[in-house]
Amino acid sequence: MNIIIVGCGKVGYTLVEQLGGENHNITVIDTNEEKVNSITDDLDAMGIVGNGVSFQTLSEAGIDHADLLIAVTGSDEQNLLCCVIAKKAGHCKTIARVRNPIYNNEIAFLREELGLAMIINPELSSAAEIARIFQFPSAVKIDTFSKGRIELLHFRVTHDCLLNNYELIHIRTTLKCDVLVCMVTRGDQVLIPRGDFVFREGDVVAIVSTPPKANDFFKKIGIGAGRARTAMIVGGGTIAYYLARRLLEVGIHTKIIDQDPARCEHLSELLPKASIICGDGTDERLLIQEGLENVDAFAALTGLDEENILLSLYAKRTSRAKVVTKINRINFSGVLSDIKLDTISYPRLVTADMIIKYARSMNESLNSNVENLYKLEDGHAEALEFYIKEDSAVTNVPLNRLHIRKNILVCSIVRGGQAIIPSGQDELHVGDYVVVVLTHARLNDIKDIIEG
Amino acid sequence: MNFAILSFIIGFILQFEALFLLLPWIVGMIYGEYHVALIYLATAVVCFILGKLLSFRHTGRFKELYVREGFTAVALGWFVMSVFGAIPFVLTGEIPFYIDALFETISGFTTTGSSILSDVEALSYASLFWRSFTHWIGGMGVFVFIMAILPMMGGSTMNLMRAESPGPSVGKLVPRVRDTAKILYGLYMAITVLGVIMLCLCGMPLFDSLCTTFGSVGTGGFGIKNSSIGGYSPLIQNAVTVLMILSGVNYTVYFCLLSKQFKEAFSIEEVRWYFLIIFASALTIAWNIRPLYATLGETLRYSFFQVGTIITTTGFATTDFNLWPQLSKTILLLLMMIGACAGSTGGGMKVSRVLILFKAIRKELSMMIHPRMVKKIKMDGHNLSHETLRSTNVYMTAYFIVLFVSLLIVSLDEYDLTTNFTAVLATLNNIGPGLELVGPTQNFALFSPLSKCVLMFDMLAGRLELFPMLVILLPSCWKKY
Repeated sequence: MNIIIVGCGKVGYTLVEQLGGENHNITVIDTNEEKVNSITDDLDAMGIVGNGVSFQTLSEAGIDHADLLIAVTGSDEQNLLCCVIAKKAGHCKTIARVRNPIYNNEIAFLREELGLAMIINPELSSAAEIARIFQFPSAVKIDTFSKGRIELLHFRVTHDCLLNNYELIHIRTTLKCDVLVCMVTRGDQVLIPRGDFVFREGDVVAIVSTPPKANDFFKKIGIGAGRARTAMIVGGGTIAYYLARRLLEVGIHTKIIDQDPARCEHLSELLPKASIICGDGTDERLLIQEGLENVDAFAALTGLDEENILLSLYAKRTSRAKVVTKINRINFSGVLSDIKLDTISYPRLVTADMIIKYARSMNESLNSNVENLYKLEDGHAEALEFYIKEDSAVTNVPLNRLHIRKNILVCSIVRGGQAIIPSGQDELHVGDYVVVVLTHARLNDIKDIIEG
Repeated sequence: MNFAILSFIIGFILQFEALFLLLPWIVGMIYGEYHVALIYLATAVVCFILGKLLSFRHTGRFKELYVREGFTAVALGWFVMSVFGAIPFVLTGEIPFYIDALFETISGFTTTGSSILSDVEALSYASLFWRSFTHWIGGMGVFVFIMAILPMMGGSTMNLMRAESPGPSVGKLVPRVRDTAKILYGLYMAITVLGVIMLCLCGMPLFDSLCTTFGSVGTGGFGIKNSSIGGYSPLIQNAVTVLMILSGVNYTVYFCLLSKQFKEAFSIEEVRWYFLIIFASALTIAWNIRPLYATLGETLRYSFFQVGTIITTTGFATTDFNLWPQLSKTILLLLMMIGACAGSTGGGMKVSRVLILFKAIRKELSMMIHPRMVKKIKMDGHNLSHETLRSTNVYMTAYFIVLFVSLLIVSLDEYDLTTNFTAVLATLNNIGPGLELVGPTQNFALFSPLSKCVLMFDMLAGRLELFPMLVILLPSCWKKY
């Protein structure tokens, strides 16, 4: 595909980095020459210096032949205008980043009226992700497929967890839990485990299950508690606002700590039900005073990554809370995984991830039968969603009798709006949506999952 | 310095050279020169095995190819390629001394066309073909060729392309490096094929037209006759003139024309000035040399051919311009320095650099009249970045330093100043012939081995736009840390 990216900030860079590796022709536009050069020097993209709103600049970037335009400059209005002009000038799909909460309620209207394919609000998406984690505290990370019907729960095997040195086959036979283990991340490796797989301390395990069964499973193996009832947020930025709103909606008592009195006042206007504390969130005494020791969920959302990391480590030590750390800079992620923070939220990656998911499914739907593609575990694994249109060698045969290739796992089937966690006796039928998890492999069609 | 990746790339280059060496083998087989052909085949096999050994530890991680590795790989790659390309000349006994053979090969790859041979016609067909074919490879560049063929991931391969392609700022035609390289080589091959067809239609034998096209499209200049192009019919001479001049044009023009961007194609300032310079100098020379020739047509033919061959830095000859009046010789000397367009196969300083420098001078002068004036230098309607301007200035300085240092060393040979000066100029700008003792009818055999080494360095430095060759002279370039 020919993709034009307007705005060469950090999101723009991440987008070029990821999309460039997938054989797209990318042109970037920015008014700042230095930023354009920093991309064209390192990555395989063509750069144009100019204002992305200008028609002339856009046609220089080849808007006539573009398939997708992504506007991620610092200004919402510029992004929207850029998309509108691109839409009129060419025949491309457009994606805009709009982050100002003022527009938040009008996003659907804007998208509809301006003809955009997608509007992204990174803060809102991050907040939604964090809220989901607080509702499911045992999980480190949650990926959703099939419009949110299937949840892939990631959790870490701790020292006192039952799974430590446990063989996978016993989950079904001894524990009698109906969960499907999809992937295990051990160090830098991502594995799709078989029955004889033995878990070890430190593994991050991804399972698919329905919420009650998952909770039952977590209880049996002895990690985590139920849903959080109280939450503490340090830093009162936009994500904090969206997050608090979500949490209050589901009845979680939320406390926000921020230093800026004006911001606190504004927040208390917006969120009358939340308790807003004006004070230094890095003050140990204040945190204890506000009940950090007894809180169920804790989110460090200040503007400084270092502060967030320290706060999270402190919260982990003093409480049994589920801790989420916001990190802005994507560098040094290898070091971060050593510190063993519970969950890290990267707002920047959220934006890039959503756009890349869209670009991928747009691209995949062009020449294959993949409905959706999700990158998992930093791209070490993929989940592909297929729609089964016709009968073939893989349909109407119990899964345990199919010779499914190595490193591929059928992780869920959605039939008539109902999610099924497949066992060996289940079959694929025409009309099913199937999600397949795989590592070290490529698939263009569901038929390719079997050997030969 | 990442030595693993360096050896990997050099290994690759050698394998490709082995592939190229098979062509003279085929030519040798066709013309029944079995002994010579065998030597080419043997060299190819040696190159292939060595290349395989060097690139054995296949890392393939081109992510680690930074600017430093890119520059060093290109400089070293060209040198290694010449070192092995020279071997057949020695083994066949056609050029007995290795240093002479190396000079000839470097002259070929860098599209210079300076020769140390006095009797070219004595060479075998295979060797003649190899000599000319080195021009063709060197013209667009071997790294660009590899990039077009192999899927090298990542944008960092741009560092290779930047080091090899001529011009003050190397841009891309399309977003991806590999596609850009493919387009460039596609255009290059198309021009070559058209050239061969054109010359054949003009009545040139196939072998001659192949070699001549390689020489002119790559702007090299090795002739396969002792009289260069002089012995062919006027029609052929004119055809070669057109071919050379078209090869000196920035390839972006052809790309724009093919993608129907006519406005962009004709608005490139550099190309307009290139043609203006050609016409102005050719007409001036024609006026200057009119007493020497009988008809106006003949005069124009000689002046256009000589101007074309010098400004595109090809270096063919149809007449001994050493015998021309001073004004004409001086114009040719200036054209030698200017060179062809950026983004073409030609050498020299490049028209765009000269243009940038003139614009900078104009800006500086207006700054003296209006000291507080704010003015941006523009090129093709775009602001010229400070970075480009700075690197152009540094390039100029480096150019003259290399020129003068080389001149000092070469003057140890006790030849006259014109000979020395034009010899250095002809090699540094990848032209071929100079004036006086290195004029079009003479050759470079007279220089001492030391001078030949200096001139070889100049040729490589000129082809790779100085910096890659200068960078590898820095000791810190070779440190691991």
